[in-house]
Amino acid sequence: METDWIWGLVGGLLIGTGGAVYLLGNGRIMGASGILGGLIDGTGRGNWVERAVFLFGVVVAPLVLWPLYSVEIDTHVTSDIWVIVAAGLLVGVGTRIANGCTSGHGVCGISRFSLRGIVATVFYILAGGLTLAIFRHVLGVI
Amino acid sequence: MRLLISLVAGALFGGGLFVSGMTDTRKVQGWLDVFGDWDPTLAFVMGGAILPMLLAWRLTEGRKPLAGGSFPALPRPEMDHRLITGSVLFGMGWGLAGLCPGPAIASLSYGGVGGLIFLVAMLAGMAVAPRVGTQLDRLAATA
Repeated sequence: METDWIWGLVGGLLIGTGGAVYLLGNGRIMGASGILGGLIDGTGRGNWVERAVFLFGVVVAPLVLWPLYSVEIDTHVTSDIWVIVAAGLLVGVGTRIANGCTSGHGVCGISRFSLRGIVATVFYILAGGLTLAIFRHVLGVI
Repeated sequence: MRLLISLVAGALFGGGLFVSGMTDTRKVQGWLDVFGDWDPTLAFVMGGAILPMLLAWRLTEGRKPLAGGSFPALPRPEMDHRLITGSVLFGMGWGLAGLCPGPAIASLSYGGVGGLIFLVAMLAGMAVAPRVGTQLDRLAATA
């Protein structure tokens, strides 16, 4: 749709405002993989309630906005279960080893001109583009 | 106070992901697919998200967080094998399914069984990541 970029910009501004609130309020970097991962591997035990409440907000906000949409909401995720499992494992392992994902390294890192954030973002975008190109255009499986 | 801030930030993040269309894997893969029918939306989302954060980082100078404590220090600019290897693994998964951690969480209520399976696999990956990281360190030391 032609208005997609406007909604992208509006949504992006909301995401960035969330990051700003989290940073200026709690003094923390808003990274989805770090906030969730800390609950999984125990490194975030000291402030787990804060993390859980943040994640609750992430899940609930779309539920509140959903009724305002007349169009059907669909994530269009692949039906190939092995692709989903492999992708999920890679995203889980990769973001924790790299210590950040699209929100932490991408949004919060680039905006403070962090070299590590910029380098991580370049690598995951290149890896993502290349993987998609191989699996979609060469192998034709996704 | 800290909990209210967390809730508001989480809601803005989840709402933004929803409104921007970033929980739609077609739009994310469409952006990564430079050889196909390219979708520019993700660039607008990234740009839009970076703007308030640019201001926020400026506002941290000479101040303390509202709820106390201190702001995170800028990490040392050194590159290590973990940053590169981890980002490449993450990017591969991101390209395969079109989901990264934020949207995977935000779409919990409407992502269906596929979204749920992705989330469980991602949590499993996060659980084994510390051990994988140690193995990688060992490999890097011998290389």
